[in-house]
Amino acid sequence: MLDLTYETPKPKTIAGAKQDWELVIGMEVHAQVSSNAKLFSGASTRFGAEPNSNVAFVDAGMPGMLPVINEYCVAQAVRTGLGLKAEIHLTSAFDRKNYFYPDLPQGYQISQLYHPIVGEGEVLVEMGDGTARLVRIERIHLEQDAGKSIHDMDPAMSFVDLNRTGVALMEIVSRPDIRGPEEAAAYVTKLRQILRYLGTCDGNMQNGNLRADVNVSICTPGAYEKYRETGDFSHLGTRCEIKNMNSMRFIQAAIEYEARRQIKIVEGGGEVTQETRLYDPDKNETRSMRSKEEAHDYRYFPDPDLLPLEIEQAWVDDIAASLPELPDQKKARFIADFGLSDYDASVLTADTADAAYFEAVAGAAGDGKLAANWVINELFGRLKKDDLDITASPVSPAQLAGIIRLIKSDAISGKIAKDLFEIVFTEGGDPEQIVEERGMKQVTDTGAIEAAVDEIIAANPAQVAKAKENPKLAGWFVGQVMKATGGKANPKAVNELVAKKLAE
Amino acid sequence: MSDLNKLTIAEARDALRKGETTSVALTEACLAAIDGADALGAFAHKTPELALERAKAADARVAAGDAPDMCGIPVGIKDLFCTEGVPSQAASKILEGFLPQYESTVSGQLKDAGAVMLGKLNMDEFAMGSSNETSVYGNAVNPWKAGNGDDLLTPGGSSGGSASAVAADLCLAATGTDTGGSIRQPAAFTGTVGLKPTYGRCSRWGIVAFASSLDQAGPMTKTVRDAAIMGRAMMGHDPKDSTSADLAVPDFEAMLTGDIRGKVIGIPKEYRMDGMPEEIEKLWHQGAEMLKDAGAEIRDISLPHTKYALPTYYVIAPAEASSNLARYDGVRFGHRAKLAQGDGITEMYEKTRAEGFGPEVKRRVMVGTYVLSAGFYDAYYNRARKVRALIKKDFDDVFAAGVDSILTPATPSAAFELGKEVSDPVEMYLNDVFTVTVNLAGLPGVAVPTGLDRQGLPLGLQLIGRPWEEGDLLNTAYALENAAQFVAKPAKWW
Repeated sequence: MLDLTYETPKPKTIAGAKQDWELVIGMEVHAQVSSNAKLFSGASTRFGAEPNSNVAFVDAGMPGMLPVINEYCVAQAVRTGLGLKAEIHLTSAFDRKNYFYPDLPQGYQISQLYHPIVGEGEVLVEMGDGTARLVRIERIHLEQDAGKSIHDMDPAMSFVDLNRTGVALMEIVSRPDIRGPEEAAAYVTKLRQILRYLGTCDGNMQNGNLRADVNVSICTPGAYEKYRETGDFSHLGTRCEIKNMNSMRFIQAAIEYEARRQIKIVEGGGEVTQETRLYDPDKNETRSMRSKEEAHDYRYFPDPDLLPLEIEQAWVDDIAASLPELPDQKKARFIADFGLSDYDASVLTADTADAAYFEAVAGAAGDGKLAANWVINELFGRLKKDDLDITASPVSPAQLAGIIRLIKSDAISGKIAKDLFEIVFTEGGDPEQIVEERGMKQVTDTGAIEAAVDEIIAANPAQVAKAKENPKLAGWFVGQVMKATGGKANPKAVNELVAKKLAE
Repeated sequence: MSDLNKLTIAEARDALRKGETTSVALTEACLAAIDGADALGAFAHKTPELALERAKAADARVAAGDAPDMCGIPVGIKDLFCTEGVPSQAASKILEGFLPQYESTVSGQLKDAGAVMLGKLNMDEFAMGSSNETSVYGNAVNPWKAGNGDDLLTPGGSSGGSASAVAADLCLAATGTDTGGSIRQPAAFTGTVGLKPTYGRCSRWGIVAFASSLDQAGPMTKTVRDAAIMGRAMMGHDPKDSTSADLAVPDFEAMLTGDIRGKVIGIPKEYRMDGMPEEIEKLWHQGAEMLKDAGAEIRDISLPHTKYALPTYYVIAPAEASSNLARYDGVRFGHRAKLAQGDGITEMYEKTRAEGFGPEVKRRVMVGTYVLSAGFYDAYYNRARKVRALIKKDFDDVFAAGVDSILTPATPSAAFELGKEVSDPVEMYLNDVFTVTVNLAGLPGVAVPTGLDRQGLPLGLQLIGRPWEEGDLLNTAYALENAAQFVAKPAKWW
């Protein structure tokens, strides 16, 4: 594998009234594990089911019910850990996080505070400008999701939907290595991309399957470096946690707002209080949810219903052997094998379906660069126009490769190719056959082109005279010839002949 | 046959197989006895129609020759077990009206084996208590009375209804659960046999949880043989309980030879406590002599961390309980308080739990919440976990040195008067002093009636065995039972 090397990006600085400030951001991403059944029950995880239809007795906290770990969810967490180059803990354990809420039927969430299943790992976050941040992962633990409380259906009552109760989440905790709002969004994007490659989380943020808690603090330039050298958090400012963000745009806006709020407090001689805040996208501001003093005492303790989770190295090795090619590897390979630019390779590896489509086209067309151009510029644009996903593309990789092969063999011009693409997109069919049947083949017979050029020159003596004085006007003749040949004349041949004849 | 309700499981099983009686006849005899025993308060919910229906089905199985040992045997089920369609409220107001849609694994195994459930048995609320006085149903009463006295005595707790029902022949046997002694102490108070299996032997699935790392179901019977028969039917691996052991359950009854020659019986010096009644001390000594006469070697041993067991237990059990009982919030089942205008979710929790839980449950929930809270966790809960490990190691060391079983008193006294200790929780907690170590170490323990005190009340001894060796433990208990020849029965006054 070709290793990509990047410069480290500069941290975002925000100018306060008195000085410049840097941002320090750590994230806790809650990713719903792709699994048909919940973490500790056999109930379905299907989204959009009738309220309270995917609920096992244990999910509803019925008396005497006991949790039993879903092995598949454990495998998914291990797969995720391996994908983030993280340490896998062969022994982990579940703890109870105790608090009262109607959508938490047991009165506690089963989580992994003391012994998470995955330890330290890393995520390389490219910023698209040749720089990339290596964000350290502190841990990943498995935990249960809560249900949903609905407060706006009735003026006097609240309703509870337990369908999501007990669904497996991975909480992916980063170190405070993210240095700006854009980096935060890029981090979530990259994480989401890796999870989707691994098949361990579908990354659907709208359905709440990927949510982030964002810890934001500010510091003076140089302070962060001191923290990295010493590991001493006192070099950093007091952090506030913004809960439950499920949009890249909101994540950036919330961080921006929160940083400015903290700068204002500190420059005004005040102190930031550690607290949990909520972002209000309508007002674009964060608001205090609860302070450290009001924070719940969760009374964590080891869940006595579950024995420590022991997994075997051989099992982990099997999962490691079955890992797919990950985004960083795929991108490096696309650059090396197909001669793509960093940008094109990034775009084409954003999603496995995109990447697979591109690879099929490039292979069949025998030209990676041309395939990349066509996939990114023509296909993606056209799909977007019809709001279609790549998997629903009316043009198959074989068809697109057929069009590209026709271009490469000079059978059609680039302009005709675009018309052809539209025909294939809307009507379907074999590109080669369409070109034959509809006479779209490019005229490369110089005799026929020469006749057309001669005819135009003969018919427009005044234009010829002008063009002889100003060679830029040759374009007019080229246009006339193309028009006369129905656009099928090879533009290169026309250019050459027009220039030659006018010079005579 | 007369007095069918007085039979043991083994006697009834043999009679059924020989066609000398029927399950319906056994069941009717028990139902009649139950109807005449309301003064004992043993049964909280009676299920006569269901019982007769199951008895008929059992008779058909016996006739077809497809009858496991427990088939047709009328039993009582502690209210802590969830039984499908039958009230199961852990003797708590907060589970008022709760009808489970599922059957606990243990009661389900008994049901599948053909056992006939007569009803649900009284107990301390959420199994928290040693006298059956914390029950929402009111206390159960011990069928035994002291001398010529008329005072009502406790049957012990928390499985007080089970012990009372078995001792008074209201059923042939009953299920119990034991978190700190809740099977063995009531068995000792009522002259019955109570077995707490190794932690992980009986599935906890469907049993209302008190302290998950300590709770264990077990049989309460008239004889050791019956404990072997019923215990085997209750045990076994259950994939629905992650702490259930995937181990085969042997035929314990076949292991009851009474031959304990060469077995080493440990006598732990730490169980000799200040202020222990002389009679208990004497009984203990006699028990050791009996086992010695049967060919066992009696060895003095030390379990040095014993004195820390009770405080350790009263940190760990309430901690787990405080979390296990959080689900009783009035949202989905059981009692919900009437709310005032403007009350929100917090008021609903507070009022529901204030009304639904009794004082002992509240006390333990508060203690448990305290020991788990930030700042106190290490001083209490974590330290208790460490001490627990040391207590377990005490036993491991003794067993590694060749000891087969340990003989101790089961309780520090005979059954006491109802109302006598209920006002002093600490005095009440001392009832568990000989039994909690066994739960903390996850070991099997059995209480065997061994004698009567001078007031004519039964006293029991406890035998503690190696993990998973209930068969060997029961055989030693059998030898003790044979030697002690405990045949006394309470005089019927109810």
